[in-house]
Parts: sequence; C-alpha cells; structure tokens
Amino acid sequence: MKKILSIALILCLVMALAPMAFADNPVVKIGVFEPQSGDNGAGGKQEVLGMQYANKLTPTVEIGGTEYDVQLVYADNASSNDKAPTAAQDLISNGVSLVLGSYGSGVSIAASDTFANAGVPAIGVTCTNPQVTADCEVYFRICFLDPFQGTVLANFAKNELGATKAYCLAKLGDDYSGGLCNFFIDAFGKDNCVYEQFPEGTSDFSTYITNAQNQGCDVFFSPVSTEAAAQIIAKADTQALGMPILAGDTWDSNVILNAAKGTDVQICVTTFYQEGADAEFDAGIKEWIRSDSTALANNGGNDELAAVTVMGYDAYYVALEALKAAGSVDPEDVLEAIPSVEYAGVTGNIAFDDIGDALRDSAFVKSCNTETGVWDFVSVATVD
Amino acid sequence: MAKTILPYIISGISVGGQYALIAIGYTMVYGILRLINFAHGDVFMVAGLMMVYMAAALPLYIAIPLMIILTVFLGFMIERVAYRPLRTAPRMSVMISAIGVSYLIQNLALYITGGLNKNYPAIPWISDRVTVFGMETSRVTIITPFLTIILVVALVQLINHTKIGMAMRAVSLNFETSQLMGIRINNVISATFIIGTFLAAVGSMLFFTNYPGVVPTSGAMPGLKAFVAAVFGGIGSIPGAVIGAFIIGIAESLIKGLDTILIVHGTITEQIGFATFSDAFTFVLLIIVLVFKPTGLFGEKTTDKV
Amino acid sequence: MKQVNASQSSKKSSWISFLITLAFLALVFCLDQIIKPTNKMYMLLTVLQKGSVYALAAVSMNLLNGYTGLFSLGHAGFMLIGAYTYAIFTIPSSARDTVYQYFDAAIRVSFPEVLSNMMGPAGTALGVLAAVILAGLMAAFFAYLIGLPVLRLKSDYLAIATLGFAEIIRAMFQWQKLGPITNGSNLLKSFARTSKFKLEVGDTKLVLSTFVPVLIATASIFIIVKLVNSTYGRAFKAIRDDEVAAEAMGINLAKHKMISFTVSSFFAGVSGAMMAMVLSIAQASNFKSAMTYEILLMVVLGGIGSISGSVIGSLLFVAASEWWLRGLDSGTFLGINAPGVFRNGFRLVVFSIIIMIVVLFFRKGIMGEKEISDLFRARKKKARGAAQ
Repeated sequence: MKKILSIALILCLVMALAPMAFADNPVVKIGVFEPQSGDNGAGGKQEVLGMQYANKLTPTVEIGGTEYDVQLVYADNASSNDKAPTAAQDLISNGVSLVLGSYGSGVSIAASDTFANAGVPAIGVTCTNPQVTADCEVYFRICFLDPFQGTVLANFAKNELGATKAYCLAKLGDDYSGGLCNFFIDAFGKDNCVYEQFPEGTSDFSTYITNAQNQGCDVFFSPVSTEAAAQIIAKADTQALGMPILAGDTWDSNVILNAAKGTDVQICVTTFYQEGADAEFDAGIKEWIRSDSTALANNGGNDELAAVTVMGYDAYYVALEALKAAGSVDPEDVLEAIPSVEYAGVTGNIAFDDIGDALRDSAFVKSCNTETGVWDFVSVATVD
Repeated sequence: MAKTILPYIISGISVGGQYALIAIGYTMVYGILRLINFAHGDVFMVAGLMMVYMAAALPLYIAIPLMIILTVFLGFMIERVAYRPLRTAPRMSVMISAIGVSYLIQNLALYITGGLNKNYPAIPWISDRVTVFGMETSRVTIITPFLTIILVVALVQLINHTKIGMAMRAVSLNFETSQLMGIRINNVISATFIIGTFLAAVGSMLFFTNYPGVVPTSGAMPGLKAFVAAVFGGIGSIPGAVIGAFIIGIAESLIKGLDTILIVHGTITEQIGFATFSDAFTFVLLIIVLVFKPTGLFGEKTTDKV
Repeated sequence: MKQVNASQSSKKSSWISFLITLAFLALVFCLDQIIKPTNKMYMLLTVLQKGSVYALAAVSMNLLNGYTGLFSLGHAGFMLIGAYTYAIFTIPSSARDTVYQYFDAAIRVSFPEVLSNMMGPAGTALGVLAAVILAGLMAAFFAYLIGLPVLRLKSDYLAIATLGFAEIIRAMFQWQKLGPITNGSNLLKSFARTSKFKLEVGDTKLVLSTFVPVLIATASIFIIVKLVNSTYGRAFKAIRDDEVAAEAMGINLAKHKMISFTVSSFFAGVSGAMMAMVLSIAQASNFKSAMTYEILLMVVLGGIGSISGSVIGSLLFVAASEWWLRGLDSGTFLGINAPGVFRNGFRLVVFSIIIMIVVLFFRKGIMGEKEISDLFRARKKKARGAAQ
C-alpha cells in the first residue's frame, strides 16, 4: 500500500511538461489577467467573454508585415490580492507581449509591480481605482475612474433621486468598493453619509439594511461584488428596504437582474455601455453566446450582455492596435506604442492621457426593470 | 429605543439558532473524542452545495431528504477515513488531519463550483416574507429558534433515555473504562458524527435559506463561531452549546448595529466602525471565557492526571 | 577520547553545512543575474522567493509546535503585524500620499530614506534591515502581550485562542479609525520591495530580488537552529515531552513557554515582512487563518520537529502549488490534454489529496524528527562501520 502511494506521490510531483504548439503563423500571446474564481469570478468570466468573442472574430493580426496568430493566455488571479503577483508572473514567464485585465482594482494594484519589474505593459479593462495607474508606468486602462464615477453617482443620488442622506456599504479590504464609497462620500458630503464596511465572508446583510433604515437614509449605495449584491437584494426585498439601491459598474451584470427579478427593489447603476447602442455588435455577440455552451454558462445562463463583456471586447482591439503600432511583439516596443494608440470602440472612443488613463467623460446610468429582468436606460451622465 | 433594537435581536436569535445546530456537532464530538472537528463547518457548506445542485434536478421533497442523508454519510465517512486511523495517535495529529480534511473539502468545492457563488434554491413557505411586530422579515427567521429548541429537546431525550445515549455519556466520561465495559466505541463515535452532521444539514438549510449564497468558504466562519459557542457554553454540554450560540448570534448582530443604535440614541454623533469587529468580537468573548472560566458556562471541571 | 571525536565530527559537519549554505547562496545570487522575469524559468526564482518566506514561517511555527509542543494557530496574525510594520516604515515619502489616498498618513518615517540620507547607498540596505528587525520586534511584543493570558491554556484551547487573537489582530488592522496608520483595510504598496533590490557596481546593476529574501531566511533559520541546540532548546523539548516532568526537573514552564512563543513570533514577523517585500503589497485581508493552516501543513509535510524538514516541506509545497502542478489548472498536465478535468482548481484538489495521504499514512512527514546533517552523519557512521 505504502509503496503504491509513494509511487503515486512521486508521479504527482513530477514536473508538468510544457505543451509545444506548432502553427503555420508565428504566434503573439496576449495575457488575460482576470479572476475566474472567488468574489469577482463571475464578473471576470464575463469580461473574458468579450475578449474571446473578439479573438474569434479577429484571430490574426499583422505586425510589422508578418501575419501573427493571436493566442490568449489565461491566468486566474482568484480575485485575491496575494495570488495576483504570481498569476501575473505566470503570464510574464509565458512570454506574453502585453496583458489585459483585470476586473476589480485590488488585483491590478497588487500585480502592477510585477508587470513593471518585467517591463510588460498591461491594459486595465474595468479596474477603476486611481491607484492602478498612479505610480506605475506600464499600467494603462480603457475605463473611467472612480473619482469620476463616484461623483456621477453622488450627483445622480442628489439630483435625480432627491436623496439627502446616503448609506454607503463597502467590503473590508476591497479596493474597488472602498474606493468608490470614499469618492462618493467626497462628492455627496461627508456629513450626510453613513459609511460601513463588512468583513470578508459576511453572509448576514440584514443588519446593514436595518442600519440604513434606522438612520433614516434615503439611498443605499453599495458598489460591492455581485456575490454580495445578490444577497443584499434578497434581504432588501424581504425587509422592505424602502429606498433605492445605487451601485457602480460591477452591478451591471445579469447576476443582479436575476436576483432583482420579481422583487420590488429599485436599483440604479452607472456603467460603460448600454445594450442597443450598437445593434449589429449586440446581435453578433448574443448569437455567439447562445451557440457556445461554455460561454452561455460563463455568462450566467442567458444572453443578457454585461458592460464588462463589451469592455473586454474593446480591450482586445486596443491590444491589437498597440501591437500594430509597435510593429513588434517585444513587450518593450508595445509599451512604447500604447500611449499614442487611439481606437473607436463599441463603448466609445479610447485614447490615453499622460498617466495612462482613458480619456472618458461620460457614463451610462441604467435602472433595473424588476418585472422583465432587463436594464432600462436612464441617462448619460457627465461631470463638468 | 425598543423599536430600534428589536430587528437586531430577532436577526441575532435567528443566526444564533443556526449556529446552535452546528455547535452541537462540535460539542458532541469534542465531548467524546477531545477533537476540534475543523471540517464540521465545511460539511455544513457541502450540505448547502448539495442542495443547490440537487434542487436544480429534483423536486424539493426528494432533494431535501436526500441532501440530509448524503450529508450524514459524508460526516460518517470523514470520521471513518480521516479520524479513525489516528485513534491512537497524538491529539495534535488528529487535529492536523481535521485541518487537512477542511482544506480538501474547500478545494474540492472550489473545483466543482469553479469558485463562483451558487444561489441557494428558495424553499417555499419558509422563505416567504412575514410581518412581525411591525417589522418585515422572512419566515425562516422566526422559525429557526423554535425548530432549534425542538431538535435540542429531542436530542437531550435521546441522550438521556436510550441505550446509545447512555453509551455516549459513558464514553465521554471515560474513554478507556467504557471500552473495558464492553461498549463498542466505534459505533458510539459513528453515531455521534451522524447526529452532529444531521443537525448541521438541517442548520445549513435554515442558514442558506436566510442568506442564499453558497461559496467554498461559506462554512468556515459559521463553523468557527459555532465552535466558539460550544466553548463558551462549556464544551461537551449540549444546553451550554445552544445557549452559547444564541448569545453569540445576538451579540454579533448587535455589534453590527451598535453604531446605528448609539447614533439613534444620541450617545455618539459619528460612526465608530464597530461593524469591522463583528467577527473578531466572537473571539474576544472566547478569550475572555477561556481566561476567566476555561470550562465555559456549563462545563464540568476536569483535572489533569499525570 | 570518544567524546572529543564526537564533538570534532559535529564541528566538521557544521562546517560542511556552512559551506553548503554559502554555495547555495552564491548559486542563488548567480541565478538572480542570469534569469530575467520574461524567461520561463523565472518561476524557479518566484518559488525560491516565496519558498524562503514560507520556509522561515514554517520553521518558526515548528519551533513552537514541534519543539515546544505548544499548538498555536496564530501565525498569520504575527505575520500580518510584521508585514504592516515593515511596509509602513519603508514607504518613501514621495509615494506616501498616493498610498494613503483616503487618509492623512500619521507615520511619516521611512527608514531606508532616513538612513540613506545619512550614510549614502549602504543606508538603504541598513534601513530595510532595520525595518525587518522592527517588524519582528513588533510581532514579538504583541506575542508577549497575548502570551500572558493565553499560554496558560492547554493544547486545543491554546490553538483556538491563538487563532482567535489572529482574527482580532486582523480586524484591528482593518479598522477605519486606525486608517492614518494602517491605511484602513486598503492595501499598502510602493514600499521597499525585492523587485527594486539592486546593487550598483560601476556600470553594472546586480539584481538581488531573490538573493535578499533567501539570505534573510537563511540567517534567521541559522539563529533558530542555534537556539534549538542550546540549553533553551533542550528545555523546550522537555516541556513538549512531558510538562509535569519538566517542571519537576526545575524548568520554569511559564518563562520557557513565553520565550518560545515570542521568539517564534519574532521570526513570524520577519517572515511577514519578507512576504510584504516579495509580494510588493501588504494587506490585512490576505492574512487569514487559511494561511496559518497552510503553514501548518508545510510543517507536517516536512516532519514535525525537524527544521530541515520544514524548509524542504515549504519549498516543495510552494513549488508544487505555484509551479509544477500549474498544468492541472490549465488543461494539459504531463502531456495529457483534458480541459474538462484539468480546469481551474484541480491543482488544489490533487494537492490537498497528497497532503491528506501524508497526514494519514506518512505521519512523520519527509524528515520525521531528523535533520539533513543527521543523514550525513548516519551515512558516515555506516561507512566507518563497513570499513572496520
């Protein structure tokens, strides 16, 4: 018995051999640095969908006169800041020319140093915290930032919802929700906000809802992960919250729609894309999601588009533009080329400023239709 | 004031009832084997996951009993495979084995679910919305404490008035002597695990109906808190574990709302952030008890023999 | 006569160990220069970096659990204190306001900066060293405070109480009110980290990213070995084997337990600081009890009561989970392509099954209670026996 076990053990510990790929065209690798598990796993999967669809439409790219096959290389950062640097290193060691990702800001901040050290450029897709690009030369991003989004949301709460007192709920140690709450509070006024943070692994949100009710708040701002969101919505329904729930781009997901369908909870979010803005694109990607069972499962079982999917789609093309502009697959050349890349994407025009942030000045506001379970367009918001 | 605090108390009692059902498993196993069964919380999580997968394929009246049976089987197997071979080993080895099992179950759940949150199916009737004392809540919140108490009374009857119950009491009093008296230790231990996991399975149904999201780590915190409840009440004592669980549930709920209660009451004007300590507070209670009354509220005093 | 021989041979073997260690350090230094981050083999360096962090953590836990018989599960908490102390005191003043973006930073001292202003480039290194030592001291100080009430408890009660303290420490560091010091629950970054550790000799830049953590771990483990082989070490083992007998022989239980606990926590703090410098971030939410469990499993894998076992165990653990078994997660392993089975998370399943097999069937772990030097000695004795 022991002998067999020891042999099995040794076998298991033997190094995995790297598969050798033989293809006609040379291959350029784009790293996909996204959470596939953990808190943000569902969102990460949706973001990857966009890249996969884009990769399916445009599987090759011409770099410096040679046709290259584009290969997406995946690394799961597990939504966890301590796993992120190793996942990033894994991509770098795999020889990627540049990296796309991630959904969620914490993992991007955590990995930024690893990318910088190797000189591999990264393009953030929906990481909205300012710290991602600040103090890091290799990180760029195509989404708007939290100070902007927080202000938009605060203005919306004040002007459209007529709120005077806001309840803000963030997750402890989560840079996305914590950051967004902070910027929301800055814009809304510190004295009119109640700010609370729940520890990781919390499943009882009923007390937080009671807190909001007891303190006489009239808007519930909780830009937390979709996982917690589903629970908050369920509790808000059973406890008759009695105020609208407001959240950021992560909530633009069918997880929220499924949770809110059939309840009487009012939900508004700010996001990057409104379904229907590009009908041809919408039809194409929906067709693909429906026909591919894995894609359908990763999208939560239906073909409702998440804004992050569309952002992933645009990010892929920005990456191709960068590769074309660089004229080489060397990360160093790509890094040099990115700042001047411009691309007219489905979500709008994409260009970078000095820090590496996207020049974006508008966000879509959507509300959840709890009867039909789809997003209704509310307005396009900008900040002066 | 009363209207402000009432919702916290009710939600605390409900959570407490769910902790109580888990805590009994801890306290019974500890009473007999002197083992902190770290995997117990994870079994609780697996019960939730099984329900998610089975409810998708089977009608509820089959899924629920099947889930309970499979969970009990899992608890039984864990003892058989991971703890029984170590019966003569030092206590530390068994505890490490328990940690290993917990690690394995969590990773297995991570693999099967893909690390994603699974939505717990709504069980009709108990997940409906009801109004109590002018406050909106779900029916499960109200049912939990009563169901817990009924199950505990039944369990105490079982332990006091049946043969297997007598054997359990004998084994927990003295392991070696009861073996000499002809009690089949292994059967008693299996029975303990079966009862413990049965209650955890029922507890998981109540817990996840109330908080409908299952992730691989869902069991870890409730498990730890239930263990603390068992220590708090005096480990080995079933009524102690139940009372400890209710105290911890209510305290946890109150500490989450403490900022709000104090602000509404006018004691403070600015948030202090007590909610950050909602988990940690449980451990503060634990350490206070361990330092000042190591045997817990209802535990028996034991002396170390050389 | 015999005794002289024995001490001579142990002296000789310790010399051999010393030389082997030096050769290993030199090898690491060379690898650091050769392998670039974009190279496939860089995973080896990642494993060495992370491995040295966990090796020190495992050895320091072994000092407590294996040598003194105190089953403590508070390791992650002490590592957290170490990581935060190190990070806070090495953030350069230029980056401080970016890092503390929502707070007004209260501590505005950066050791490497202050010392390099005073004594030039060497000051930077000294500053990092000072921060590492302070990290250890802070952890030891907290351990002393926690130890006063907790060390009186017996086995599993001690385990659960220390686990509880680790959770309390984690909540404290995440508390919004302490934000000006700890940055609330947000992560700390931009402090002195291994990727920035370089030595400039003339025009050439020598990379020290792997060398520094390996060096710190080696030096710390060396000190722990010295401690274990001293009279204190023998007292620890006596307490582990039989507390009552040890007390009867005149060993001050409270004092020795406290020494073991604080020393172990000191090195846990140092390993926490190393963790911060290797990962280049520090955040309280990473130091969960799961981290303690993992370190415990490394100790078990290597053999409870063997320092070289803990080192080997943690290196294997890190290499297997970060590197060798990665194929299990991404579709292809050992040339077998089965994306349906080898998908995300399978690596950890296989890994935890291996751990369970070790726990159940190879209870002594890889080394049992032996050390590597014991193996040398045993072989030599055998050879001598054969010659005679």
